[in-house]
Amino acid sequence: MIWVVFALGFWIAAWALNVRLSHSPLMARRGWRLVVPAIFGLSLLVLWEGIVRGLAVPGVILPPPSAIGARIAAEVPTLWADFRQTFLKGALTGYVIGCGAAFLTAVAIDRSPFLQRGLLPVGNFVAALPIVGIAPILVMWFGFDWHSKAAVVVVMVFFPVLVNTVAGLAASERMQRDLMATWGASYWQSLFKLRLPAAMPFVFNGLKIATTLALIGAIVAEFFGSPIVGMGFRITAEVGRLGLDMVWAEIAVAALAGSAFYGLVALIERRVTFWHPSQRV
Amino acid sequence: MTRVLPVLAVVGMIVALWYGAAVWMNAAWVQDQAARAGTTVTLAELVPATMTLERPVLPAPHQVVGELLRSTFGMAVTSKRSLVYHGWITLSATLLGFAIGTGLGIVLAVGIIYNRAMDLSVMPWAIASQTIPILAIAPMIIVVLNSIGVQGLVPKAIISAYLSFFPVVVGMVKGLRSPDAMQLDLLRTYNASGAAVLGKLRLPSSMPYLFASLKVGIAASLVGAIVGELPTGAVAGLGARLLSGSYYGQTVQIWAALFAAALVAATLVAVVGVIERAVLARMGMAR
Repeated sequence: MIWVVFALGFWIAAWALNVRLSHSPLMARRGWRLVVPAIFGLSLLVLWEGIVRGLAVPGVILPPPSAIGARIAAEVPTLWADFRQTFLKGALTGYVIGCGAAFLTAVAIDRSPFLQRGLLPVGNFVAALPIVGIAPILVMWFGFDWHSKAAVVVVMVFFPVLVNTVAGLAASERMQRDLMATWGASYWQSLFKLRLPAAMPFVFNGLKIATTLALIGAIVAEFFGSPIVGMGFRITAEVGRLGLDMVWAEIAVAALAGSAFYGLVALIERRVTFWHPSQRV
Repeated sequence: MTRVLPVLAVVGMIVALWYGAAVWMNAAWVQDQAARAGTTVTLAELVPATMTLERPVLPAPHQVVGELLRSTFGMAVTSKRSLVYHGWITLSATLLGFAIGTGLGIVLAVGIIYNRAMDLSVMPWAIASQTIPILAIAPMIIVVLNSIGVQGLVPKAIISAYLSFFPVVVGMVKGLRSPDAMQLDLLRTYNASGAAVLGKLRLPSSMPYLFASLKVGIAASLVGAIVGELPTGAVAGLGARLLSGSYYGQTVQIWAALFAAALVAATLVAVVGVIERAVLARMGMAR
C-alpha cells in the first residue's frame, strides 16, 4: 500500500510542479518547454510502477516498467535481431520501394490531367481502406521471410505518397508558372526548378504519414506468418507464453524506432523545405 | 461527366491489369496440371482455365465479386459463412470503439485548451504517440483482457478507441483554437463565462476540424477492429475471415473479406461525410 501512496504523492507533486512551471516566465525559452512533458512522462512511469507493485498486479497482466527495462537490457541481441528483420529488412526496404514508386508514378502522370483527375479520387479512396488486410495474400505470394513484409509496406505507403505528390505538383501558383513560361522554360526545367521544389512540403507530408504505416505494415504482416525472428513474431509468440515483459520490451523498441524514423524524415524535411512558412521558428 | 469519366477510366485500367495479372499468375498452376495429365493447353484454353480455379494464386475480379455476393446475399444472416454476420461483428466493435475514442478525445481536447499545464505536458505525448506503431500492442490487449475475463466486443473496441482517439485530440485542439483573437475579445467584452465561450464560440468553430479528424478516426477504428480479431484465432469478424482464409489457402475468401472491409470503410467515411455536409450547411459554414 505504501507504494501506491508514494506513487500517487509523487504524481500529485509532479503535477503541482508542472502547473507552477507552466505559468512561470521560463516557458518562453525552448529548452524549458521540454521539461514539462518530460516530468509528466516520468511521473506516469512512477505511477505505473507504484500501482503495479503496491497492488501486486501479476506480471502476466501488467509488468512494472523496471521489469521491462531489465528485460530490454538482458535481451539486447534478440531485440536487435528482431529489429533488423522487421525494420531494416522489411519496413525500410518496402518504404524506399513504395515511396520511390509512388513519387515516380506521380511525376509520370503529371503530364496527363485526365489521369490525375481519375487517380486522385481512387487514391484517396484506397488511402482510407484497411490495406493491412492485404497482408495474408502477400504472405502467400512472397513467402514467410521479409520479402512479403516489404511487399505489404510497399502497398501501404504507395497511395498516401502518390496522392500527396500529385497534390503537391499542382501547388505552384499560376503566376509562378506563367513566369517560367515567359522565360521559355521547357517542361522539365519548370518541373525541376519550380514545381518539384514547390511540391516538397506535400511530398514530405506523405512521407511522414508513410513512416508510421511502414512499421505497422511490417509488424502486422508478421502476425500472418513469419520466420522465427521479427518484432511481430516475437510479440505474438511471447503473448502466447504470457511473457508480457518481453512484449512490452518489443513495443518500446517499436515505439523508439517509429519515433526515430519519423524524426529523421522530419529533420530532412527541415533541410529541404527551409523556405516554407511552417518551418520558420 | 468530366469528373466521372477519368475515375471510370482509371478503375477500368486497374480491372484490366488485374485480369492480366490473374492469367499470368495462375498460368503456372494450370500448365502444371496439364503436364501432369499429359496434355497441353492452348492459349484459348488457358485463359478461361485460369479464371475458374478453386484456389487461384490471384482470383479474377468476377470470382471475388461472385463470392462477395454469394456470402452476402446467398446465406442466412446468422450463418457463420455469411459476410453480413462477420461484417456486423467487426462493425459493432468499430462503432463502439469510435464512440469511446471520439468522446474521450473531445473531453481531453477541451481540458488541454483550458488548462495550460495539461497542454504543455500531454500535448507533446499525444503528438509523439502518432508516430508509434500502436497496432503492435493489439494482441497483448486482447490476451490480457481475456485473462481477466473480458472478451468479445470490448477488447476490440478498446483497440479501435485507442486508434481513433489521437486524431480526434490533435484535430480538436487545433479546432478549438481556431477562433481568432478578435472573436475571443468580443466574448470577453460581453463578460462571457468559460462555458459560454466554449459552447457558443469554440465548439461551433471547431466543427470542420472535428469532421476532418472523424473521417481519419473512423477508418483507423475499422483497421483496429480487424487487427484486434487476429490474435484470438479465427473466431468471428472480417479479420477472422482473413486469418482463416490464409490458414486454409482460400484466396477467394480472403479477397471477398478484403472487399467487404473496403466497402464498410468506404461507407463509414461516406456517412461521416454526409453528416459533415448536413451539419456544416445547417451552421452556415458550407464551403
